[in-house]
Amino acid sequence: MTDEISFEDTLAALEAKVEELSRGDVPLDRALAAFEEGLALYRRCHDLLAKAEQRVTKLVAATDGLSEEPLAVD
Amino acid sequence: LTLKDAAAQLSCVIFREEAEALGFDLEDGLDVLASGDVDVFTRRGEVQLVVRALTPAGVGAFWVAFRRTRKKLEGEGLFAATRKRSLPKFPRRVGLVTSESGAVLHDVVTILRRRFPLADVVVSSALVQGPEAPLSLRRALVDVAPRVDVVILARGGGSLEDLWAFNDESLARAIAACPVPVVSAIGHETDVTIADFVADVRAPTPSAAAELVAPDRDELTDRLSRLREGLDRGFRDVLRDGAARLATIAERLTLKGLRRDVDANMDRLASAGRSLAVSIRTTIAREGERLEAVARRLDVLSPLATLRRGYAVLSRGDGALLAWACETTPGESVVVRLQDGRLRARIERTEVA
Repeated sequence: MTDEISFEDTLAALEAKVEELSRGDVPLDRALAAFEEGLALYRRCHDLLAKAEQRVTKLVAATDGLSEEPLAVD
Repeated sequence: LTLKDAAAQLSCVIFREEAEALGFDLEDGLDVLASGDVDVFTRRGEVQLVVRALTPAGVGAFWVAFRRTRKKLEGEGLFAATRKRSLPKFPRRVGLVTSESGAVLHDVVTILRRRFPLADVVVSSALVQGPEAPLSLRRALVDVAPRVDVVILARGGGSLEDLWAFNDESLARAIAACPVPVVSAIGHETDVTIADFVADVRAPTPSAAAELVAPDRDELTDRLSRLREGLDRGFRDVLRDGAARLATIAERLTLKGLRRDVDANMDRLASAGRSLAVSIRTTIAREGERLEAVARRLDVLSPLATLRRGYAVLSRGDGALLAWACETTPGESVVVRLQDGRLRARIERTEVA
């Protein structure tokens, strides 16, 4: 599967940052860090969604088991 | 028991134990294939078939087999609601088991592309009708399952016979044993197959399955925007709270602020002084009352009270009290105390009783 951190995990991390910031008892330096991290997570989620290109493959029998070949679907 | 077709009929018998071993109930109008021995009653000119084997045929046979499989798997708990798994919210890879030709593949792939292009689609093609379809479908499912987060098992609409492969018992067992959730989408909404019963989610159509499996990109974008606003708002609030606290501290550090602190302390001092004075006054008043009470009691016990009742106290010149007549000598001076004063007197004679 994919090595990169998933959309789901990134979204969950972003939600955690928003939650942390809205608690109200955050020290200023911690708040600044949370804000910056949240912003990076937001950009990442946004980019993932905006730039995602669907990959379609077809499962085919190969000599050593199964392999996936690109499949064009209009 | 009579066997009929469009043009002829034949009377038959079936033994009870064989009828019970059929695995289905005999009903009027059922299409069957019967085989057995023919008895000929020469005297009456009659022929009778003694049925040894009976199998359902045609549409009737489909339903008999369907009910039998459904009952069996239901009895094993394969359709239980507690077995149903929920679908992943954000699938990374979606498996699609269907025919490589046909509209289903195109529909599912385009809907997934529009809604959630982050998810890859792995197509595992299979025969979806005909006698080899059950095995082909089962293989396609087993092959793709370890590579994906969720599987869509789909076929477009067709006749009862076309959809028949999806009522296969071993396919049903493969769905139940699948390591990831399976969404079934077979035929039209009104078609129900065994695969639908055993799947984790049944979608009315293949397109609906694609929508169930993937989140919607537009909704996600909205959600992201709201989170972004939440970040801004949260940080702004933290800044605003910090600024307010800073202002409070700065205010206290000014001369005016210090002055106010001093004033506040002076006030406290004055007020403490006032309560001290009040408490001293009450203490004095209370102690005064106690003193008076004690004095009153003292008065009752005092010899002065006895004097007031007409008694006298005698003492010698040196002040020692005289209680005995024998202690006096004639000519001695004594002091007599009465309630309003003293008498200085001299003893004339002593008479001891």
